[in-house]
Order: sequence, then structure tokens, then C-alpha cells
Amino acid sequence: MGRGVRVEGMLFVPQRFLCLGIRTQLLKTVSSLRSFRFSALATMASKHKNAKRIEGLDSNVWVEFTKVAADPSIVNLGQGLPDISPPSYVKEELAKAAAVDRLNQYTRGFGHPALVKVLSQVYEKICGRKIDPYTDILVTVGGYGSLFSAMQALIEEGDEVIIIEPFYDCYEPMVKMAGAKPVFIPLRDKKAGNSASSADWVLDPTELASKFNSKTKAIILNTPHNPIGKVYTKEELQLIADLCIKHDSLCISDEVYEWLVYTGNKHIKIATLPGMWERTVTIGSAGKTYSVTGWKLGWSIGPQHLIKHLQVVQQNTLYTCSTPLQEALAQAFLIDFKRMDDPDCYFYSLSRELEGKRNRMAQLLQEVGLKPVIPDGGYFMIVDVSALDVDLSDMVEDRPYDYKFVTWMIKSKKLSAIPLTAFCGLETKEQFEKYIRFCFIKQDSTLDAAEMILKKWSKQTA
Amino acid sequence: MSRPVQAQRLEGLDKNVWVEFVKLAATYPTVNLGQGFPDFSPPDFVKEAFVKAVSGENAMLHQYTRVFGHPALVTILARFFGKLLGQDIDPLTNVMVTVGAYEALFCCFQALVDSGDEVIIIEPYFDCYEPMVKMAGGTPVFIPLRPKTPAPGKLMSSGDWQLDPAELASKFTRRTKAIVLNSPNNPLGKVFSKKEMEIIADLCVKHDVLCFSDEVYEWLVYDGKKHIRIASLPGMWDRTITIGSAGKTFSATGWKVGWMFGPDHLVKHLRTVHQNCVYHCPTAAQEAVAQGFQREFEHYGKPESYFVQLPQELQQKRDRLVQSLLAVGMKPIIPEGTYFLIADLSDFKAEVPNLPDCEEPYDSRFIKWMIKNKGLAAIPVSAFYSTAQKRNFDHLIRFCFVKEEATLKAAEDILQQWKLKKTGP
Repeated sequence: MGRGVRVEGMLFVPQRFLCLGIRTQLLKTVSSLRSFRFSALATMASKHKNAKRIEGLDSNVWVEFTKVAADPSIVNLGQGLPDISPPSYVKEELAKAAAVDRLNQYTRGFGHPALVKVLSQVYEKICGRKIDPYTDILVTVGGYGSLFSAMQALIEEGDEVIIIEPFYDCYEPMVKMAGAKPVFIPLRDKKAGNSASSADWVLDPTELASKFNSKTKAIILNTPHNPIGKVYTKEELQLIADLCIKHDSLCISDEVYEWLVYTGNKHIKIATLPGMWERTVTIGSAGKTYSVTGWKLGWSIGPQHLIKHLQVVQQNTLYTCSTPLQEALAQAFLIDFKRMDDPDCYFYSLSRELEGKRNRMAQLLQEVGLKPVIPDGGYFMIVDVSALDVDLSDMVEDRPYDYKFVTWMIKSKKLSAIPLTAFCGLETKEQFEKYIRFCFIKQDSTLDAAEMILKKWSKQTA
Repeated sequence: MSRPVQAQRLEGLDKNVWVEFVKLAATYPTVNLGQGFPDFSPPDFVKEAFVKAVSGENAMLHQYTRVFGHPALVTILARFFGKLLGQDIDPLTNVMVTVGAYEALFCCFQALVDSGDEVIIIEPYFDCYEPMVKMAGGTPVFIPLRPKTPAPGKLMSSGDWQLDPAELASKFTRRTKAIVLNSPNNPLGKVFSKKEMEIIADLCVKHDVLCFSDEVYEWLVYDGKKHIRIASLPGMWDRTITIGSAGKTFSATGWKVGWMFGPDHLVKHLRTVHQNCVYHCPTAAQEAVAQGFQREFEHYGKPESYFVQLPQELQQKRDRLVQSLLAVGMKPIIPEGTYFLIADLSDFKAEVPNLPDCEEPYDSRFIKWMIKNKGLAAIPVSAFYSTAQKRNFDHLIRFCFVKEEATLKAAEDILQQWKLKKTGP
């Protein structure tokens, strides 16, 4: 508390209602209450304190960098926020849903019936297996909500959870909040600093095997991967699957970017590998599927014996998700389900659109002498900025190079990105601190503005 | 796996009255006075705001907004409630938007309750408080509202249910971290008076205990009663989290927009939970709720205010339901607030026998029978009681009356038919 003042051996605590001039009287009162006060102070200090589960989890890269980049004069390629418009039919379905009385009231807690039904149809088609909409699916508040529900449902103190670095930053605090120990393993650039593609970043099989033990409750897989954009191959997934089966571990598979895979690549669901359905929770996101991050709808799909526990978490955390949003999403999915064999399906057309933007972004960075890591999937691209050799020695804060670089870049170049060390554990910071992450799900005018900044920048350094 | 796959924190939390009874009411054709949601539309001004937000020029309303609350919404909430409490409320540090009041409650417990902490819960209570305390590793400590016999000739009111001050004081121990207050109270409808709140406040201050104040039904008070915000009492702002709900405020339960406000030193911990749990809340509905509050701020206290009109409308519905229940021999307990009403079945001799050895509480069996045989749904009040007390309060059922005329008329008809069948020629 630090507000007590020692006066002649007695602890004098100023009270808010203290009247000036009656100090002596109060001193007398304080001395007689000394023993009560002493123990009360000790407990008082703890009563307003946070619960242990959130100790050390308060900082968050997004809260920090989105504040900085909220300035409209800054070209924002930081947070994964599309500034392209969602398809018009998606917006129209929401307006339609909002006009129906009943759709403004509570729906089924584990997922609006129309939505879970169409999700089961879409994913049955992809997975080639029967998926029960009521027992095998949970609708959550974004992919984030699914991650949280899975961790709270299945992870606890004494467990270890393997996290592949770099990782979407929430995995680590969520594992910790569940009381478990994160065990990290980095993707390594097999081109040793010269990577040009996300496919160059791989797991060392022996190293991976060494991370599994009897305490390993789960491994978190993210494919397509944020931030690198890696799309795991069948062989790579098989490696992970074999270890999960051998150690009887679960797999939490974050596949929110599942539709965003570029030419020459295929998204494979680890849950479809032999022995994996019964131990995998697969997570999807409406925000990434339909470019509506502000809808915050996601889903978990898996076997009943796992999903039922996520459902219990849901009924004790937020109970149900928004009705009109779920109805609108269901209608949009129905439209695209019907054309899933058609190239016009939004799942594929968005991917084609983004591939063009990916190529443009890569070119812009290459033209200024940088070597971007071209992603096979997702809408992020990482790039090694050490070649620019920017002197940041006058920035005194004890932070990794990439944090300082991004802060400097936002201020002096009016361009924002996200530092890669936000996505790794303490041990690997040195390995990743020369990289920053750009988001390219942006309209042409944004990319034009970025191009201007980068061209000007390269002229200055030339 | 040799040990259970699920985490221990879920132990004993799998049953849920809503999952069970909502499913039942959906399975059979029923006049549904069970789950608490309006079967009429939110007011036009708020529906229009939502449609405008989703189909308007600003496509960014379909993308992420500020994590701790859409700026337009936290700003108007801070202004609106700051004025009501006579308290300076900062939109960025004192307010947070959540996925319904439910998530606000979850954040309170996760942020501030640890293993070994005790949390006082007043019975009957909205059922989620108990599992949420347990999931946070805390120990719920219950204290019942005790019904006093009403004055002769008067119907029992929710106001007749009271806390025993000495009993309440005895519940506060060294380990007491917080007390959960719900006023107006679901399911009873009790509106705690200033005096009752002061007793609670004094104990909180004395024992330095936090107060989680669930005020979702804050606008639904009848008979000229006043809703008191405990955070406005001396010494309480610094230790209270006040929770509200757009679902109840604007009759839009399906939007799942809630909020809380309180001192930064407590709210900051709820922010930590929120950012590690759902992170953002949907944007468009927040924009619409902001517009709704703006409109109400401008019309505050005036006859055209929705916060004035809705309780007027609901008071009439309450009175009508009271009459229907009296006519058939169910004893209603007149609620001072909320849109719930409890009926006492003690004198209502129905076809459902009392089986003292049966595991399932009487009210639960009664309602299941009523759903299947009479097509009328309600919620068993024993669901709002701790295990220890369920048996003592199992002859009470809760009706929800925030329903349109046709629904209430249909319920009335069912009750009338039922009475005729019982009394017979």
C-alpha cells in the first residue's frame, strides 16, 4: 500500500475523512487499534489484487500497437484487419436478419441451429465424415473464443502444451491462464537466414519429438500459419500426428485461414489423418472466411467427447453468441456451400484476390532491397529488416530490435507493421527480432500508399 | 487417456437449467413463459440503428473495433452512468464492453477470485453465479432471502423477502473476497431498498470486500420504486463493479452486448481476462447500442423515453399475470422489479404428486409435466438455489411476463382450462 507513515514507532495511516487539527486524537486511536490495523492492512492489500491466474498476462501487443496505429495518417499494415469490404450478400443477410423480431433474442447456446447445420454440411464435405451439428460443433466468439474454450475445457495445472514459434500471441497467455506450462519449439529457416518462402520454415523432427512427454496434454497447430504464412504439408502433419498418437496427446488446430492458400498449395486438416479425429479440436473463423472480423464468430469442430467439455465452458462463460450474426452467417454459408464446386465460391475467389495482393506486396518490398518471406497461405508476410541497417541506438528502452524498429517506423515513416518477437517466447527473441510482419488484406489505395512510402524510403537510403 | 480428458475446473458444472429447459420448451408446442426473453421486437430506434450500422457506408463496422469497447459506446455509457451516479467515469479506464452481462460476470470472477476466496451469494440467485465462482476456484457462501408473512389481506411481495442483518454479518469472514448483489433480483423481482443496500455496503467497507453488482434489470422497477446503484453509496465506488445489459435494456437479448463500470484498479484486471478470453466484441451491435443510449440520454425521464415506457408496459403485464394466477389458485409473489414473477404451488393441488424421496425437485418435475400436458413453460425456482436449500424452495415456479398480449392471453386460457378441469362439474 505504501501510504502509511511511521510516527514514533506507530503506523499512522491517513484516512480520507481525516479532519485537520485532530491528529493527536487520531494517533491515540491508531495506537490502540494497532494490532487490528496491522493485520487488516496486510489483508486489505490483497483484497483488491488480481487472481493468480492472470498474473503477468496484462500486456498485449495488439492493445499497444493498435492504439499507436489508430492515427489515420498512418498506413496501417499492422493488425490483421481487412480494409476491403465483405461481399455484399453477407452484409445484406445481416440487415435481413436484424429485421426479424425473433432473431434479436437468444438462440441456442452452443450455436444457432441454422448455422451449426450448414457448418456440419460444409465440413462433412471437406472432411469426408459425418459431423453432428449439435454434438460435434460449438459456435464461439471468434476463433479466439474457440481457443479459450478449448484451453479452459481441456488444459490444466500439471499439463504441458506444445506451442510452435512464432505463434499467434494469445496461445501463450491462454495456456498460462489455464495453469499449464507452455513448451516452445521454433520453426527454423532451413535456408539459414536466406528464406524466400514460408515453406523454408520447418520443424526439426528430432527436436519436436523431444518436446513430447507424458505431461504433454496438447499441441497447438496453426495452419495456414500466422505470422509466417506456412501451409503445413501432409508429411509435416503426419509427423505431428504420429507424436500425438504415440503420446496420447490432443491437437488444437487453429485453421482460421483455411481458405487462404495460394497456387501450388493445399490446406490439409490434421483431423482427417488416421487416428486424429478423436483427439483434435479444429477451429474456424467467420471473420477470416468472409472478411468480417467485427462479427467475432468462430467455431470448434471435433468429436463429441471433446466438444461437450467446450460446451460446458460456454455455458459458464458467455452462454450464447449473437443471434442475428449467426443467422446471417448461416445464410452466407448456404450460398457458398451450394457453389463449393464452383470457382466463384467466395472461399476461392477471396484467395485469388489475396494472391494478387501478396504478389504486389512482395514486389514492393523487393524493390526497396528487402527479402520478404513469400507466404503460401494467410494474409501476412514477414520480412527481415536488418538489411536496412537502421540505427536505433538512441531508443533506450529495453526492448527487442523489431519492437523499436516498428515504433520508429510508425513515427518516422507513417507505416505500421507488427514486430515478430510479439509472436515468440523469451528464448527465441534473438532469432526473430530482425523480422516484422505486414498484413496485405488491404484495398489497392492502402497498398498504393504503402508503395509510396517504401519508394521514398529506398530513395533516402540509396 | 487414463485420467479424464477434461480439466478439473469443470467438475460439477455440466448441468445447466437453461440448456435443459430451453430444449424442452422447444421440443413441445408451448406457450413459453420460461426463459427470460421478450417475444416482441426491440424498439424501432435501436433496430434501425443496427440495420443502418450493417448496411451503411462505413464498411469498417464489420471489422474489429477497440478491444475494451467501441469508442462511441463507452463514451455514451460513461456520460450516461456518470450523470446517474454523480461520479466522474472515464470511458477508457472505467468502462468495458462484454459479450452480454454474462461475460462481465465471468470476467469479475476470473479476474478477482482465487482458490480459497469466499464469495457471498444471496439466494435465490441467477444460476450462473455459483458455477462461475467454482470455476474460479472460489467457495460460494450462501445466504437466503427469508420470506416474512405479509400483512393480513395483502398479497406477498418480493419486498417481504429480506436478509437477516445479523445472519448476513456472520457470513463475512477473513476469506470473503466479494459479495454478488443482483438488484432488481432474478428470479424473485426484489428491488433492494436504500436501507438494505446500506447494510450490505457497511459490511463491504468494514471487511474490505468487493461487490459485483448485477443490475441488468435496472430500468424495470414498478409501483414508483427506485433502483439504487450500490456503487453510489459512500465507500462503494472503489470496490464495486456494476454490470449492465443491452439485452435487457433494449429488449434485444440476442445481441449479447453487456458492459461494466468501476474503478480502474479493478477494471484493469477484468481487461486482462477479457483480452485473453474473447478479445473483441462484435462491432455493429455496439454501434447500435451507442445510438440507443444517445437517444435515451436526450429523452431521459421524459414520457417518450424507452426506459419510462417499458416498465409502464411491463407493470400492466405483471398485474394481468398476477390476476390470472390468483384466479387458478397459484399464489403469486408480486415482484417489485424485473420481468419475472414467482408463483407458489403449495396450495395448488395438481396432478403432479409430491414424492419426498425423489432426487429431482418437485418444481422441476411439475414444470416438465406442465410443459408436456398443458403446453405451458416456466422455470423451476429450485434451479436458483444452492444444493443445501433446493428442498426448501421446491414449490415455486418462475414465469416470465415480457411477452406480447397474445402470449399472455394464451397462458391465461391454459390456466383457465386447467382450473375448470380440476374443479369440474
